[in-house]
Amino acid sequence: MNGEFSLESNPLSISFAGLTLANPTILASGILGYSAESLNRVAKGGAGAVVTKSVGIAPRAGYSNPTVVQAESGLINAMGLPNPGIEVYSEEIRFSKTVLRVPVIASVFGYSAEEYAVVAKRAVEAGADAVELNVSCPHVKQTGAEIGQSPKFLSEVVQTVKAAISKPLIVKLSPNVADITVLARAAVEAGADALTAVNTLKAMAIDAETMRPILSNVRGGLSGAAVKPVALRCVYDIHEALGDVPVVGCGGVANWRDAVEFFLAGASAVQIGTAVAENTEVFQAVTKGVETYLRRKHYGSVKEIVGLAHRK
Amino acid sequence: MRISQIVRIRTESPTVKTFMLTDRLCAKAKPGQFLMLWIPGVDEIPLSVLDAGDNLVSVSVKAVGDATRHLHALEAGATVGVRGPFGNCFTESRGRVLLVGGGTGTAPLLFLAKQLAAKTERLSFVEGAKTKDELLFVHELGGICNEKSLITTTEDGTAGLQCLVTQPLASLLDKEKFDMIYTCGPEIMVKKIFEMTEKRKLPIEASLERLMRCGIGLCGSCMIGKYRVCRDGPVFNAAQLREVQEELGISKLGFDGSRIPL
Repeated sequence: MNGEFSLESNPLSISFAGLTLANPTILASGILGYSAESLNRVAKGGAGAVVTKSVGIAPRAGYSNPTVVQAESGLINAMGLPNPGIEVYSEEIRFSKTVLRVPVIASVFGYSAEEYAVVAKRAVEAGADAVELNVSCPHVKQTGAEIGQSPKFLSEVVQTVKAAISKPLIVKLSPNVADITVLARAAVEAGADALTAVNTLKAMAIDAETMRPILSNVRGGLSGAAVKPVALRCVYDIHEALGDVPVVGCGGVANWRDAVEFFLAGASAVQIGTAVAENTEVFQAVTKGVETYLRRKHYGSVKEIVGLAHRK
Repeated sequence: MRISQIVRIRTESPTVKTFMLTDRLCAKAKPGQFLMLWIPGVDEIPLSVLDAGDNLVSVSVKAVGDATRHLHALEAGATVGVRGPFGNCFTESRGRVLLVGGGTGTAPLLFLAKQLAAKTERLSFVEGAKTKDELLFVHELGGICNEKSLITTTEDGTAGLQCLVTQPLASLLDKEKFDMIYTCGPEIMVKKIFEMTEKRKLPIEASLERLMRCGIGLCGSCMIGKYRVCRDGPVFNAAQLREVQEELGISKLGFDGSRIPL
């Protein structure tokens, strides 16, 4: 199916980085992503594509509870990247491809460029339609820092993975940086086909009564409505700096209006995570609302409104 | 996370204690729902609600691991954290109902039995445990059911019938007509009971247990088939149990998300 045909037949269809989605809503990584059955449920709930749970080279049990704590207008989580390792997870990707009718994007993490490449390659071999790099985990050579905070490390990881796979490569950027466009540019120059903006904001919760941090890992990532304005600004910044590079907006999308705001800021699609707790069919609701919006505003497709907030 | 105080602790058996906590929201919990209890500095664990009301909520806890042993070591007045109540609840059936509890699975069923007692035509209860000392809430259940409709079983024969809880069920299900069977306990037991109700085309609601992290339907740690036990469950009906038969009593997701045998 080429882009023109899909646009004609379906105003909600969107193509970017070599992927064609029937609608611009995507399940964000880390949400209900362990099994093909749960991914399929989300796909049936209307998602145009799904991103798997982040998978690494070896199994990880993750952190002990509490791993999730409610914040004002959001959630803070520190799961600790629990995953069964790519060997076991390859089976789940393979099975996903037999039951899902939407693209499956494998989220991949590693502790070195080589590890990222090995996991990404195996995910693609198992049938993943694209790879999304989770670059918000600590780098072993520089304890405490994230790969996604260093243009040099990020560039090295993206180049190495790009050389190892033939499928689209998406880099999910961290908002925990001074200037996200520096990292966005480094990723694109190293070969990223698209960017997801953004991962969670570093956060924590402290309980006044017991005088302790609540999360077992102390620090976690903030998601939900609270982060939307930050994510929106990140997408806007990237679109302004890099123009045509496809960006997937992520952060606090819960309804069609949120999604539209991300399109106007420059996103070609949006990921939805936290809002899935309330409603696994949130994708359908968002898509329907976007469709009504486009008709009301007399636009023929989502593509036509991408980046419109940048008009002078 | 809401901070709560343990106001009372009751010893139920050599391994089980009941903790009564202050919490305005969990005090409104319905039978079948659960809460997440934070033992500061240790862990946060899911627990079925045993009773709720008057700004208080009770949970029964068996000391099985690190978190539950820490909880057992706490005294009244201790501070803990609470989230919830989470999940769905048992539906209220009229007519003749049968409740089947194994071990601490009896706790949410006692809560249910208290609510159903006045509304049902007949309420029967079958409770099983390893040994006499571990048969929970026998006195309370005796007060709710009449003597004839409470059957207890122990594996070692120290009280009631010496057999598994499933053994007296077959004849009971053949002899009497039930409008609903409710069950909670070890999943192998739940699976066997489900097979028995399926064979006889009887309605059933079973409360299931899985590894819980977020408790709100996001992380996917507690999936059984396409269902989130924390959000779509923990109570599942016959149609849903049929859909998850490949996993029921067989496997669950472990901490790393891989399937492990039950």
